[in-house]
Amino acid sequence: MTSMTRYVLVVATAAALAGCATGPNKDDPFEPWNRVMYEKVHVPIDRDVMQPMVRAYIDIVPSPVRTAISNFFNNIDDFISAINDGLQGKREKMGNDLGRVLINSGVGMFGLVDIASQVGVERGNEDFGLTFGTWGFEQGPYLFIPLFGPTTVRDGTGWLVRIFGASPVGYIPDVPIRNTIYAFGVVDARYQAEGAVSFVGEAALDQYAFIRRAYLQRREYLLYDGNVPPKKEDE
Amino acid sequence: MPVSMKTIRWLPLAAMLAATLAFAQEAPDALVKRVSQDVLAIAKSDPKVQAGDQARIHEVIDGKLAPHFDFTRMTALAMGRNWRNATPAQQKELTEQFKQLLVRTYSGALSRYRDEKIEYKPLAVAPSATDVTVKTLVVKAGGGSPVPIDYSLTKTPEGWKAYDVIVGGVSLVTNYRDEFNEQIKSGGVDGLIATLKTKNGG
Repeated sequence: MTSMTRYVLVVATAAALAGCATGPNKDDPFEPWNRVMYEKVHVPIDRDVMQPMVRAYIDIVPSPVRTAISNFFNNIDDFISAINDGLQGKREKMGNDLGRVLINSGVGMFGLVDIASQVGVERGNEDFGLTFGTWGFEQGPYLFIPLFGPTTVRDGTGWLVRIFGASPVGYIPDVPIRNTIYAFGVVDARYQAEGAVSFVGEAALDQYAFIRRAYLQRREYLLYDGNVPPKKEDE
Repeated sequence: MPVSMKTIRWLPLAAMLAATLAFAQEAPDALVKRVSQDVLAIAKSDPKVQAGDQARIHEVIDGKLAPHFDFTRMTALAMGRNWRNATPAQQKELTEQFKQLLVRTYSGALSRYRDEKIEYKPLAVAPSATDVTVKTLVVKAGGGSPVPIDYSLTKTPEGWKAYDVIVGGVSLVTNYRDEFNEQIKSGGVDGLIATLKTKNGG
């Protein structure tokens, strides 16, 4: 047994045991565990480390440079999106996303300028989790990973495929450069999430439940490309 | 002279009638466009709003936006099956508290508004339609992903009123349903009202 599978088993057992206390939620059987991860681990680290870091980032780095950095990482997302368009057989979207990557990497200088959006080529939003979804895999249990955020077994597996295989950043041979890009990636991701985090703080009665429902709704919307089949809702 | 006196006496009433009629007949997509452009124009030009004056922002949202929302329907939808188990007094209190929460949340969103542009998707409404979804797209100036925002509206005697806002596929009402449910499970309807009050007072 690898240490990874052992770890997963320990986590699953702990969560299952804790779950007995309250009764399971269909989408979130590991809720007691996830709640601890969110409320006791993620929130304090986010408040004491990530938020001061984002404030410093905003103070030090001028706005156009921050936008350029966001564009750089969005360009990598577009590349991942193009791969997944291909895996899902969406040829037109793949052409669109590949076109964006080529334009932005070339004319837009390694993705720093989002020329493609300015000329009206909209961003794609596919990823490996959604590809697994179109192949028929269910979301599986919801997971909240501190610092990483909300995910599920399926979407989280998609992220592992991306980080350990598909992302071009992983193939940069110079380790300090690669690590610098990873570090900026973390800062930029938290910076781009700033508005959403403030919104949750203002809107939610129970932040954990609010984020979970928003995440699952959003992923279903993306899976169906915006045309979620209507469900019978009890009023 | 007596003729003009008569006319003048009738003028305010006629004007009011005309306004009510125009309002009732305003198409839902035209309504969404007019109201959102109105609010954003204030956000851009009002120095108090730009300075982040919460009282003024709250006033704008409450005066310009809130009249076009059906808060009772929103609350009923977010409550799901629990709505029928609540007494009329509880329903009224819930609606008021939920409205306050939404107005406050919207105020926060408006104070973060920068230079986004809104595109309005054309909508074909059949004259008999009583329930429509108006689709808009919020585009940031510096690039990045545009955010689709849809409004669900229902026809009422006072014109079309919104009962849900769907941001990037996330329905506000659906999102609150889980939260309301959990609050009611642990503390009953009164528990939910207390939680809402704490949130609004804090």
